[in-house]
Amino acid sequence: MLSDVLRDLFEEGTGLLGEHLMLVVTSIVIACAIGIPLGISAASNVRIRRFALGFASIGQTIPSLALFGFLIPIPFIGGIGQHTAIVALVLYALLPILRNTVTGILGVDPAVHDSAVAMGMTKGQLLRMVELPLAAPTIIAGLRIATVTTIGTATIAAAIGAGGLGVFIFRGIASVDKLQILAGAVPAALLALLADAALGWLEKRWAVKQTIRG
Amino acid sequence: MSAVEFRDVSFAISGRTILDHLSFTVERGETLVLLGRSGSGKTTALRLINAMLMPTGGEVLVQGKPTREWDPVRLRRAIGYVIQEAGLFPHFTVARNVGLVPNLEKWPPAKVNALVSELLDRVGLPASDFAGRFPRELSGGQRQRIGVARALAANPAILLFDEPFGALDPVTRLDLQNEFLRLRSELRKTSVFVTHDVREAIRLGTRIGLLREGCMVFLGSPGEFDASTDPEARAFLEVLHAE
Repeated sequence: MLSDVLRDLFEEGTGLLGEHLMLVVTSIVIACAIGIPLGISAASNVRIRRFALGFASIGQTIPSLALFGFLIPIPFIGGIGQHTAIVALVLYALLPILRNTVTGILGVDPAVHDSAVAMGMTKGQLLRMVELPLAAPTIIAGLRIATVTTIGTATIAAAIGAGGLGVFIFRGIASVDKLQILAGAVPAALLALLADAALGWLEKRWAVKQTIRG
Repeated sequence: MSAVEFRDVSFAISGRTILDHLSFTVERGETLVLLGRSGSGKTTALRLINAMLMPTGGEVLVQGKPTREWDPVRLRRAIGYVIQEAGLFPHFTVARNVGLVPNLEKWPPAKVNALVSELLDRVGLPASDFAGRFPRELSGGQRQRIGVARALAANPAILLFDEPFGALDPVTRLDLQNEFLRLRSELRKTSVFVTHDVREAIRLGTRIGLLREGCMVFLGSPGEFDASTDPEARAFLEVLHAE
């Protein structure tokens, strides 16, 4: 019966969606924890900037399926399963977050930056009170790109046994079952749209908040 | 002791000399205008005073102490700084902009608020109307007034002005120049004022220092400037007379 098939898909899908979310959220949190501080130091140091952006760009150029494959034989960070997938997803999410942090901070009006220094702000005060608030919309825009792409890329993680909605897609491809493919692809797409809208709202709200009131 | 003293100060960056063995003093209560063309080094000289830059030769003394020996944060909080377009923080209200240094100095909020109101009144923008606005909700002249109020907030002994009125229309500029003269007679602060506008230099300066390619080619009162035979001074005076 079709309804039984759908019910099974739904039950399995809820679990896979949970796995998928876990992969995405963990990867994004780690990518932020690395990317934002690294972006802050890269903004004030040309050498770190070249190295960090270069490294992150190279990470970005490796095809995702290949990267998942490369990581399998590497000890500690590699192998089969979720942690390998997370390492790969972090590498992909890193570039937009890192780059937008750097761009956002360097994009602060030099007159504003100079007057903050001339008012006697310490480096920490300058960062906390001026650079980060003014860079925030740009940083959130990077986070948004990273999140949306990670939701898509995470479907490939199923190829190395990390679970997630990709399980449906790979199984569907293997068994030429369109319904299975859709059961993985549609929720992933919806999730991406939802994340995009939510972070887009946050980005806009922040920009408005800082120019209108508060 | 002079408020500011340049002792044989040079400044070079990537092999290019910006300031060449500059020596002069700024006395307490005076307004020294540094006049010069674009690229003459006047802004560089100004930024050496609040340790935004460090001399590559000689030393700059503020209140008798070389800038190298000052804690830069302490030094800067003791010096007001006003720049073109004011450099106000776009995400801070007028009140937060003006109260910035007192807040950094951790004054009690009530005291900061009282000071902000007083300063806003002083620059002709009543707090009841303006305290809650954002810089983008102000005209260029109003922004510049806020810039002046912000610079006065920590009651600094020295004020630095880097072409503060350069981007304003002539009518607003005249307004603010008059405001400057009024504030000076009320507050008697030591000021160093950078401009390329000879008319502004003569109006505002108690003394004028004329910079040309990193050297000070003239230093004296506006009256002496008018009588100077230095070719660069003549060139600037010609501008005045051509108008």
